[in-house]
Amino acid sequence: MTMLRPDLAVIADKVAAGSRVLDIGCGEGELMEVLRTQKGCDARGMEIDPVLVERCVARGLSVVQGDADRDLVEYPDKAFDYAILSQTLQTAARPDRMLDELLRVGRQAFVSFPNFAQWRMRAALAFRGRMPVTRYLPVSWYETQNIHNVTIDDFRELIAKLGVTCENAWFFSGQRQIGPLWANLRAEYAVFELSR
Amino acid sequence: MATLSASRALTFAAPLPLDSGQTLEGVQIAYETYGELAADKSNAMLVTHALTGDQYLASTHPITGKPGWWERMVGPGKPIDTSRYYVICANVIGSCMGSTGPASIAPDGQPYAMRFPVITIRDMVRGLVGLLDGMGIERLHAIVGGSMGGMQALSLAANWPDRAERVLVIASTSRHSAQNIAFHELGRQAIMADPNWQDGDYYASGASPDAGLAVARMAAHITYLSEDGLTDKFGRNLQDRDTKSFGFDADFQVESYLRYQGSGFTRRFDANSYLYITRAMDYFDLAEEHGGRLANAFAGSQARFCLVSFDSDWLYPTAESRHVVHALNAAGAAVSFVELSAPYGHDSFLLDVSALDRVVKGFVE
Repeated sequence: MTMLRPDLAVIADKVAAGSRVLDIGCGEGELMEVLRTQKGCDARGMEIDPVLVERCVARGLSVVQGDADRDLVEYPDKAFDYAILSQTLQTAARPDRMLDELLRVGRQAFVSFPNFAQWRMRAALAFRGRMPVTRYLPVSWYETQNIHNVTIDDFRELIAKLGVTCENAWFFSGQRQIGPLWANLRAEYAVFELSR
Repeated sequence: MATLSASRALTFAAPLPLDSGQTLEGVQIAYETYGELAADKSNAMLVTHALTGDQYLASTHPITGKPGWWERMVGPGKPIDTSRYYVICANVIGSCMGSTGPASIAPDGQPYAMRFPVITIRDMVRGLVGLLDGMGIERLHAIVGGSMGGMQALSLAANWPDRAERVLVIASTSRHSAQNIAFHELGRQAIMADPNWQDGDYYASGASPDAGLAVARMAAHITYLSEDGLTDKFGRNLQDRDTKSFGFDADFQVESYLRYQGSGFTRRFDANSYLYITRAMDYFDLAEEHGGRLANAFAGSQARFCLVSFDSDWLYPTAESRHVVHALNAAGAAVSFVELSAPYGHDSFLLDVSALDRVVKGFVE
């Protein structure tokens, strides 16, 4: 069995067997593969990098090379039981609109993202006066695709404003899941299960 | 020009109904096969050919003596592995390598010439389905086609949705654009302007419109290549000379190359077939056949689809593949799509692009 990244493992665990899933930013299709083989899901993917798409297709996955900002509109309403956006929200041109789209094409959504308010980030800014470069945000400010860095509290505020319900949330530090206490300070990344 | 073929052929007992409302009697489909058909017939794949292609997919062409047109992709251990799959490739109707076309003899004993009915891509696929019926193959493991072959694959998926489990469409489109039609019209006018065309009745005359057909091929050939590809291959290099001739010989290598492509083509292709097949491509609009909405063409399809485009293909650019992918998404079909980077333009699907090999192999298995 493939060892999934912890955020993906939580999602794989929560997705109902046999459901229809769209994995946006599916990378090499690790999550899709697990959903297909272990959960009998009808998993579809979208990925912007053609090299990763080619690898997905070569392993027999249905993945479309596309840009979530532009191509999600082509899917009909509620085409999927779950729309999954892992570590991609912060790259969207308009994360608010993307969340709307996720919950249009999916009955539910899973969204994971790196937390920009984790204490190391804060320290980098507060004490060094520099944009943070960490293991989960490893790219310098001038070349990163993360144009909309977000904190857990920012995200909670946005979904409330959008009228989106948070069904569940999980927080992680490294490979370890941590409790919700002071998550905005402690968590390196988070997974939210959303519905509307 | 030749109408003879060394291939096996199936002759239909019943007339073939056509989109025009006409029917075609005694249709013959010439085909080649590679590999062994499994006892349960579950390993059959159909590869559909492009405008000027034929059934010599992975075997030597009887006229040119050149290797099959997709030998790099099809064969034992190749991405389309003939040690596992039974691969069928048939000459489409309207063509000239053994299947019924304008050069074939009509029931009155004379060649059809321009009396041959105008056919469509769907008519070509009707012929292929007839062949599969004749072979007792209910369901293909996959249908694979590039360019016009991709149109046939899409047409099969839309009109005979139970006949293929996998549909692989490479460098193709769901409709011909104005620019596509314009280039084809240029080719057709070149043929018809050749006095040897004789309103299409040239078969018994001993002369055929080779000059016109060569010009048609030259124009089309430019659309199959990219500007960068042409520049890399030829630049402004002169052909076998040090200085310009101040005349109209093929001074430039690119001129010489196109003339060679044009004249070589006339030895293996019938000019009337070129008229009919380009017409069929121009008429192709899969959405129009399905109430104007492309997604309707794929409603309820259980097949898995894969579309591949090339970034340097300006004949059927990526936007055309994306258009099909969006329709498949809207129809809820299982679809993969990737735009591959290759320098060779539309012809990339026939050339050495290793990423394509991996995608084809991964998708069909």
